[in-house]
Amino acid sequence: MILKGRVFKFGDDIDTDAIIPARYLSTSDPFVLKKHCMEDIDSTFSSKVAPGDIIVAGKNFGCGSSREHAPIAIKAAGVSCVIASSFARIFFRNSFNMGLAIFESDELASQVREGDILEVEVATGVIKDLVTGKAFKARGIPQFMQELIADGGLIEHIKKRGRL
Amino acid sequence: MGMTIAEKILKSHTTAKEFKSGDIIKVDIDIALANDITAPIAIKAFRSCSQKGVFDLDRIVLVLDHFTPNKDIASAEQCKFVRDFAKEYHIGNFFDAGEAGVEHALLPEEGLTLPGDLIIGADSHTCTYGGLGAFATGVGSTDFAAAMLTGQAWLKVPESMKFIFKGKPGRWVGGKDLILYLIGDIGVDGALYKVLEIEGPAISALDLSNRLTMANMAIEAGAKAGIIAPDAVTDAYIKPRARRDYTMYKSDHDATYVSIKEYDCEVIEPQVAFPHLPENTRGISEVGEITLDQVVIGSCTNGRIEDLRVAASIMKGNKVAKGLRCIILPATPRVFKMAEAEGLIKIFLEAGSIIGPPTCGPCLGGHMGILAQGERALATTNRNFVGRMGHPKSEVYLSGPAIAAASAITGKISSPQEIIV
Ligand code: SF4
Repeated sequence: MILKGRVFKFGDDIDTDAIIPARYLSTSDPFVLKKHCMEDIDSTFSSKVAPGDIIVAGKNFGCGSSREHAPIAIKAAGVSCVIASSFARIFFRNSFNMGLAIFESDELASQVREGDILEVEVATGVIKDLVTGKAFKARGIPQFMQELIADGGLIEHIKKRGRL
Repeated sequence: MGMTIAEKILKSHTTAKEFKSGDIIKVDIDIALANDITAPIAIKAFRSCSQKGVFDLDRIVLVLDHFTPNKDIASAEQCKFVRDFAKEYHIGNFFDAGEAGVEHALLPEEGLTLPGDLIIGADSHTCTYGGLGAFATGVGSTDFAAAMLTGQAWLKVPESMKFIFKGKPGRWVGGKDLILYLIGDIGVDGALYKVLEIEGPAISALDLSNRLTMANMAIEAGAKAGIIAPDAVTDAYIKPRARRDYTMYKSDHDATYVSIKEYDCEVIEPQVAFPHLPENTRGISEVGEITLDQVVIGSCTNGRIEDLRVAASIMKGNKVAKGLRCIILPATPRVFKMAEAEGLIKIFLEAGSIIGPPTCGPCLGGHMGILAQGERALATTNRNFVGRMGHPKSEVYLSGPAIAAASAITGKISSPQEIIV
């Protein structure tokens, strides 16, 4: 699978309140959540983002609460994957459980610019910047998580295999 | 080779023969928890699997505590959705209405979470139970759904970092100050994916409430869990409450840590975290003049009876500063009753505080104390991210109950020494 999209760049320590503010948590409807995605840092994000686009961020992306509304909002906004220097741990697991692909690459996070177009090969973690021509290699995804993404998330995985 | 508490608990809950840090293992769960925000997504996922029932009725806990008493129609619907599920599936550990309190204060009180347990919760502050000597970690709703279906979760085996607190903390220095100091030192991602093992003479001298406060904020350093070894203090608290057997693990002397750090409590002042990250800590003497519109005392971090006692000892006979809203939310019904019986509620009311029901409420900007643009609050909660308590242009400072109570009286961030000399 190849993902391709425009880069939206964010800084370090983007927390779940920034990804989806708690004031919208009285719903888990993806169509409502996506409208408020990233609202408190970039109020125009949800109107600018197009299907396939890619979020690139610094360290500790998704820190804060355990809300799955965060990866849901990002996925519903059409974002195809998130690439960051590092992820907060609950966001990390929520993403795989929801079937949202995420990649860790410090090098990419520091070199890629807002608006660049990236091409991501999910299986290998090889990522190309089509604007600058640079290529990056993200850290490999463990076997079990590859299964989760292939199955379409944790629940589909359990349905398919009858176990965790 | 020696093992840490975390490794021992994981080992006793997995069929994996051998594992090392970084491995993905599947573990059996003792307790799985969710709340009114995170349970609905899990219930939808659970129902989509068309299973007959949950894996073990006694091990599932649901607490309606975040937007309760329901703040609007949407949150009322959300709670009803969980309530209907709890009824249909006969979930015994379902806490609603007058039985509900802030989950992480409630579960230890109820004796549901025990030393040696492996606990997952669809709430990031599930790490609180590490204060009892459990391996407890926050997960997402889908993990909770999977736990209801299978009784299991997947975990990446973490490395452990050791923090030793030596010396005797000052009069107004509690667990909150120690953990804020630690987070200020290592940063909000200083323990990413790792376990914080907290020990030392100062920790042994802490009561359980203050230990829970410290473990509660492990996630604020990015940690997967915060663990304090259980001891006689733990046992005295747990024994009368426990309805299951429990195991008090200790780390071996030759266990492996990625880092070991020592702090001297003698030099740790009461701490305040400045906006907008819990790592922006300063000792109270370096805070300067920060005027306040609101003070909140409550939450899973500092809403227990011990916290209210500290606050009341400072507020007694004093008045809340004119125009400042001092909101006090006892974390559970039991805490509320004790505070009433001990005369603390009277002290708070006479000082001019507002007493609210046991709820998360303003802690996550839900209700009962939302900030307007440009307003500033000091809270005994655990997060001060942008917009956490209301308007994106409001500010939240964090402290323990002593500083919070003193500040409510002076109207600016203050040391209790300004009130009690
Ligand atoms: S009191 Fe605050 S931090 Fe604790 S569970 Fe409630 S919202 Fe979360």
